[in-house]
Amino acid sequence: MLLASLVEPSFGLIFWMTLTFLTVLFLLAKFAWKPILNGLKEREASIADALNEAKRAREEMSALNARNEELMNAAREEREVLLKEARDIRDKEIAEAKGKAKAEADALLARARTDIQNEKNAAITEMKNQVAELSILVAERILRDKLESSAAQQSLVDKVMAEAETRKS
Amino acid sequence: MGHIGDEHGWHLWGHTSLPLPIILYSSERGLSVFSSSRFDHGHKTYGGYALHDGHIVAVNDPDGTDAHHASINEDLTRATWDISITKNVMSLLVSAALLLIIFISVAKAYTRRTGQAPTGLQNLVEPIVLFVRDDVAKSAIGHKYERFLPYLLTAFFFIFLNNLLGLVPIFPGGANLTGNIAVTLVLALLTFIIVTVNGNKHYWHHILAMPGVPGWVLAILTPVEILGMFLKPFVLMIRLFANITAGHIIALSFFSLIFVFGETSAGAGYGVAVGSWAFTVFMMCLELLVAFIQAYVFTFLSAMYIGAAVEEPHHH
Repeated sequence: MLLASLVEPSFGLIFWMTLTFLTVLFLLAKFAWKPILNGLKEREASIADALNEAKRAREEMSALNARNEELMNAAREEREVLLKEARDIRDKEIAEAKGKAKAEADALLARARTDIQNEKNAAITEMKNQVAELSILVAERILRDKLESSAAQQSLVDKVMAEAETRKS
Repeated sequence: MGHIGDEHGWHLWGHTSLPLPIILYSSERGLSVFSSSRFDHGHKTYGGYALHDGHIVAVNDPDGTDAHHASINEDLTRATWDISITKNVMSLLVSAALLLIIFISVAKAYTRRTGQAPTGLQNLVEPIVLFVRDDVAKSAIGHKYERFLPYLLTAFFFIFLNNLLGLVPIFPGGANLTGNIAVTLVLALLTFIIVTVNGNKHYWHHILAMPGVPGWVLAILTPVEILGMFLKPFVLMIRLFANITAGHIIALSFFSLIFVFGETSAGAGYGVAVGSWAFTVFMMCLELLVAFIQAYVFTFLSAMYIGAAVEEPHHH
């Protein structure tokens, strides 16, 4: 009898249960589950977004770092190139200056040598002229002394004539 | 046994009990509403009714007659609709109010603190809501789970809360609501209605004519499938009812043992009391687990049935 009352559903309770449960279901669906589930979904979305954003930021950061590294390397290379260029320019300028100085010195030397040669030539010519003059003078004196007498002059003429005769024959 | 079944009054302690409203309707006598205290614990008749073995019966005697000797009007009793606020109905209303208070206040926290970490009651509720959403609805129903989530959540928390309230021995707990077949009947019926209403072509096709099965097997299979359609919610109803009621009966049995032995000798009574108490504590712990598991099982099986009904055909 008691067991039968346990497994026999009573009408009143079915009535109240249906009414109450449906009301609770309706009210909770409208005022509780909707905001709770939406809130959960929003929170999950925002967490997922935040994680994605953090990941993107990290990637951007590493990309930035890589670019910085690249820039640094480029700058270092450029510095090397600049330094090398500067060194080359300096070396070239020094070499040029040296060359110029040498050429100038050579030119100077050459000019000095020509000058000396010229001077020497002039001196030699001068000396030759003087020697010739002196020799003419000496010859004049000798000739004058030798051909003072007419006999001497005659003998010379005879001699020259003889010479000419022998040459003719 | 009254503690497992239903009562027209809420026993608080000793001889004190809270009288509950009696609401009766019959086309002959119309609507009558009065307090259950008018029956004087089933000793007196009132308004043409009397309490007989916990049931309200129509009697032919005037008010105040000794109910035990009243002449019962069987025809009128059958024609009387009893929608009294019994102990279980009261407990049902209390749990409904609790559910509304808890979840609407939690929902407010969600709208007030959008996107922020949960606090307070939210922390208690959120993991269970997520559990029902992810491990029950999503896993059993698939991508169409959102439509059924309000029902599954409500059913889960309704069963869970009432299972717990049933374990509390003092007012307002103590009613064996989820161990009452009327309650599990309504819950199972709702699952059945949802499954049947949402069943798609694929689902009906599988029930009425399982594809790829020869005709003569169908003659056997189709009636079995149709029977299964009704059997599933029936089993849902029985499982919850039996599990919760069993727990209550065991706890009651252990306590009864104390008094049974106490009758023979006070010493035996005290001796058994220690053992009984220990066993009851153990059972209570078990029942706490059962409270959750049965709520989970009911919701999960409901979700499975709904999932089978809305499942899209697989293209093999």
